[in-house]
Amino acid sequence: MSDTQTAPIKVGLFVTCLADMFRPEVAFATVKLLEQAGCDVEVPAAQTCCGQPAFNSGDNHNSRRIARQTIEAFEGYQYVVGPSGSCIGMLHHYPELFDDRDPWKQRAEHLKARAFEITSFLVDELGFNAIESRFTGTITYHDSCSGLRELGIKQQPRQLLAEVAGADLREMQEAETCCGFGGTFCVKYADISNRMVSNKTGFAADSDADTLVGGDLGCLLNMAGKLKREGRDIQVRHVVELLADMTDTPAIGEADYDLGQPL
Amino acid sequence: MDIKSPEFKQSARIALQDANLQKALGNLKAGFPGKRASAVARMPEFDALRDQARDLKNHILEHLDLYLEAFEARVVENGGQVHWCRTSEDARQTILQICREQNAKTVTKGKSMVTEEINLNEYLEEHGVQPVETDLGEYILQLRGDHPSHIIAPAIHLNLEDVSEAFHEHHHRPKSDDPAVLMAEAREMLRKQFAAADVGITGANFLVAETGSTLIATNEGNGDLTQILPKTHIVVSSIEKVVPTLEDMSLFLRLLARSATGQEFTVYNTLSSGNRRPDDQDGPENFHVVLVDNGRSDMVGTEFQEMLRCIRCSACMNHCPVYGAVGGHSYGWVYPGPMGSVLTPQMIGIEKAALLPNASTFCGKCEEVCPVRIPLPKLMRHWREKEFEKHLSPKAVRWGLGGWAFFATRPGLYRWASAGASRFMRLLGGRKGKIRKLPLAGGWTDHRDMPTPTGKTFMQQWNERQQQEKQR
Repeated sequence: MSDTQTAPIKVGLFVTCLADMFRPEVAFATVKLLEQAGCDVEVPAAQTCCGQPAFNSGDNHNSRRIARQTIEAFEGYQYVVGPSGSCIGMLHHYPELFDDRDPWKQRAEHLKARAFEITSFLVDELGFNAIESRFTGTITYHDSCSGLRELGIKQQPRQLLAEVAGADLREMQEAETCCGFGGTFCVKYADISNRMVSNKTGFAADSDADTLVGGDLGCLLNMAGKLKREGRDIQVRHVVELLADMTDTPAIGEADYDLGQPL
Repeated sequence: MDIKSPEFKQSARIALQDANLQKALGNLKAGFPGKRASAVARMPEFDALRDQARDLKNHILEHLDLYLEAFEARVVENGGQVHWCRTSEDARQTILQICREQNAKTVTKGKSMVTEEINLNEYLEEHGVQPVETDLGEYILQLRGDHPSHIIAPAIHLNLEDVSEAFHEHHHRPKSDDPAVLMAEAREMLRKQFAAADVGITGANFLVAETGSTLIATNEGNGDLTQILPKTHIVVSSIEKVVPTLEDMSLFLRLLARSATGQEFTVYNTLSSGNRRPDDQDGPENFHVVLVDNGRSDMVGTEFQEMLRCIRCSACMNHCPVYGAVGGHSYGWVYPGPMGSVLTPQMIGIEKAALLPNASTFCGKCEEVCPVRIPLPKLMRHWREKEFEKHLSPKAVRWGLGGWAFFATRPGLYRWASAGASRFMRLLGGRKGKIRKLPLAGGWTDHRDMPTPTGKTFMQQWNERQQQEKQR
């Protein structure tokens, strides 16, 4: 904890591909929160993707190669923390990729024990809730499936959001129902995915919230893209942006200046 | 039943456009999940029972041979016969043979998914025996020449108007849209059939090794009339339905009804323990149990063994957002939803069924509600492994994955490629923050915009900051 005299907690940031590429603010917000909680954050350069696209396509050979690379990249860090229940959930699957007799199995177990999604790390592992943030508006929270069902993330983000001054949480119907992203599912089964995300944006709109918040960029890009296409006036943001008081940037899929007239 | 699983995507597209089906699916989604949730909420020990049930099923599967043989011995002691059938064909022939020995013209049937699996109705008809479905849903489907789209609510894809239409056409009565009238009509038609049938065929929810009993859990009582009135009762059951004792069975019954319909208990739970004894007032003279394997014993000892814990409650499909969007027929064979996506590849081959285990976002809702804690997403993923190993995945997927993995295992190159992709998308999107049409990503941009990257990649920005700090 920041107010104790102990050595800082050494955390390796698992950036996640989508934060890296689509929304670096999410990774910066994660770093900010970790530092506020007294962590010393580093970003191992040898990380890439968690390997989930290969794993969920049944390609265990490439999943293992990526798992080994990730395990090595994060050796030496007390914790591995990332802004995604899905990617961190994948790190938790690594032990399944190795035989009991394979020495990598134990290393994978060791990584799993240290790997946390950001909100659950702050709440469950550090007991941190000294959020210094202000956000004026009504928000609704989408529970991303992997975080919710693989890592038990439900109350943690809500507990932290309750500390954000001005933010009023209004739960939507079926907050726990999948948004239809599912990685490659959304392009392989585009019609079904479209139905699922339409249901979701409908529920979000019914909640009368002006901002939809969640913990996984895959889901957020999916829902933001749909909301934009439907022309609905709901902003979408990753939960860490609100928690780290980093909401002065455009929301996901928003223009970075006032366009006035549509182009 | 024809296998239409390879056409899953086309069927799903049609299903999504079918307003009647969507209306019917709306009823399902508005009904089952809420009822299950309140039944579970009324039972604090529900999760503890699920653990017990999982462990007990695991124990049974480790000793499946022992319990099945014990069951057989008790059935024989009770005066019945057990027929071991490795394949669907064996099972069909065995059943037809029994019907022929009885000179059976008509056969009444209680609801049974395994008889769908072995395609029994069509086979009996081809061989001059008329099957009559007596479960209301199944009866409606039979009139329509249709098949179940759900394992416990077979006609869930239909609306009241469809039933009214079918009854009007086949019963030659004035058309009614009053459910009570329709029900009375079906009852009247079926009474005659119950009395006239030479053989009654039911499924089984459980086979009890301790007593040699079979059990059916129904809400209509049709199963009772099916098995008590005819001279011959044939129970068709798959092998994994066996449980050691009556006590064990009651554990599963408590979970089954709550998981399925949210009832505390199914209305009729009927045990059959052999044929009529001299002092009995009713019951069949002949009692047969047809045990169907059809690929199940091949699952024992494999990564798919856990699927054999399934007690066919339907909670997985009732809660599945994919099933809820496209309905059961889209899956193209007997068992729909998540449980079907694991079972079907085993029975019809992964070559034909590969689209099913892929049709999941792995949201995990099915596993969350499964009363015997089957890790359905994991098992679907195992089928994807088989598909990948057998080179059945589409070329675009394999090449795409291979190319992606080339980069993902080379961090420096990966940095460079993601920076390039980010820049490309930013150029396309301009300052609008989104792209309406992205090359090679039609699956995405047909239905939604693609938010564009907000700037250089995190890794680029982080490294720039680190260097600036060093220079200070």
